Amino acid sequence: MTAKPQIEIAAPGNWESKPVFLLVYLLLGLAFGIALTRSEVLSWFRIQEMFRIQSFHMYGIIGSAIATAALLIALIRKAGLKSASGETVSIPKKELGSGVRYGLGGTIFGLGWALMGACP
Amino acid sequence: MSTWLTAPWPWYIAGPIIGLFVPALLLAGNRVFGISSNLRHLCSAFAPGKLEYFRYDWRRSGLWNLVFLSGVLIGGFIASHWGTPHDIAISRETRVALINLGIHDFSGVAPREIFSWHALLTLRGFASVVLGGFLVGFGTAYAGGCTSGHAISGLANFELPSLIAVLGFFAGGLAATYFILPHLL
Repeated sequence: MTAKPQIEIAAPGNWESKPVFLLVYLLLGLAFGIALTRSEVLSWFRIQEMFRIQSFHMYGIIGSAIATAALLIALIRKAGLKSASGETVSIPKKELGSGVRYGLGGTIFGLGWALMGACP
Repeated sequence: MSTWLTAPWPWYIAGPIIGLFVPALLLAGNRVFGISSNLRHLCSAFAPGKLEYFRYDWRRSGLWNLVFLSGVLIGGFIASHWGTPHDIAISRETRVALINLGIHDFSGVAPREIFSWHALLTLRGFASVVLGGFLVGFGTAYAGGCTSGHAISGLANFELPSLIAVLGFFAGGLAATYFILPHLL
C-alpha cells in the first residue's frame, strides 16, 4: 500500500498516560458498546435490511447520529471550548488529494460490510 | 433491570446517543471518534515490521482508542448477555428475501448458517467471514476510516473525503447485496 499515513491525529500532551483518564475512555467505550448492541447496528440482518432499503432503522440511526454530532461540534467550536486535557477542540481536516482512495477504499469496505455484516 | 437496558432501542434514541460520542471524545481529550484506526494501532504495537505506515508512537496517538475499543468489546459482551435472546425485528420484506436466498435461522444477530465454526468450512461461510473481513480491513485502511470515522465523525464535520468514502460504502454494499450474495448464499 502506497497511501500516505492519513488522518494524523493531533498529539495532546501526556494527559492520557494517567490511568485515571484512561478509565474515562474505557467507560465511554463501554457505553458505546452497549449502544451498538442495543441499536442492533452490528447485526448482519440489519445491514441486509439497510442495503435492501427495506427499513428506515439504519438510516434513521446514522442520520440522527450525524445531526447530533454536527450540532454539538458547531456549539463546541462557537463556544471555543477546551478539552479536559486543556487544548482547544479541533478536528484535523482529511487531505482530499485525488479522492480516489476514498472512493475505492470506501467501495472495497462496502463490499466487505455487506458480506460480513459488521464494521469496525 | 429496567427494560430500556435489555430491549432494542428505536432509531431516534440510538442515533442521538451514538452521535454524542463524537463531542464526548473531543471534550475528553480532543480526540476524533473513529474505531478502525485501532487496526493500525494494533499492527503498530505488535508487528510494525519495516513499514513506515506502522512506525509512529501508537501509545501517544492510539492508546486512548485501544482503551475505548476494549470498552466497546466489554460493553457489547455485557449487553448481548442481558435479557432474553430474541430475533432481530427486521422488516417482513427483508425476511422473505433472505428466506428466498436460503437463510432460515433468524435467531441471534447474524445467521448461524453462515457465521459459525462449522460454516467456516463452507464457501459461503468462508467468503463471508474471511473475504469479508479482508475487504473491510483493507478498505478501511485505504479509505482512512470506516462507518464511525467517515460516516459519523467526517460527515458531522462536513468533510468531502468522508462523503466520497460513504458513497463508496454504499456502492460496495449494494453491489455485494445484489450481485455477490445471491450467488454465494
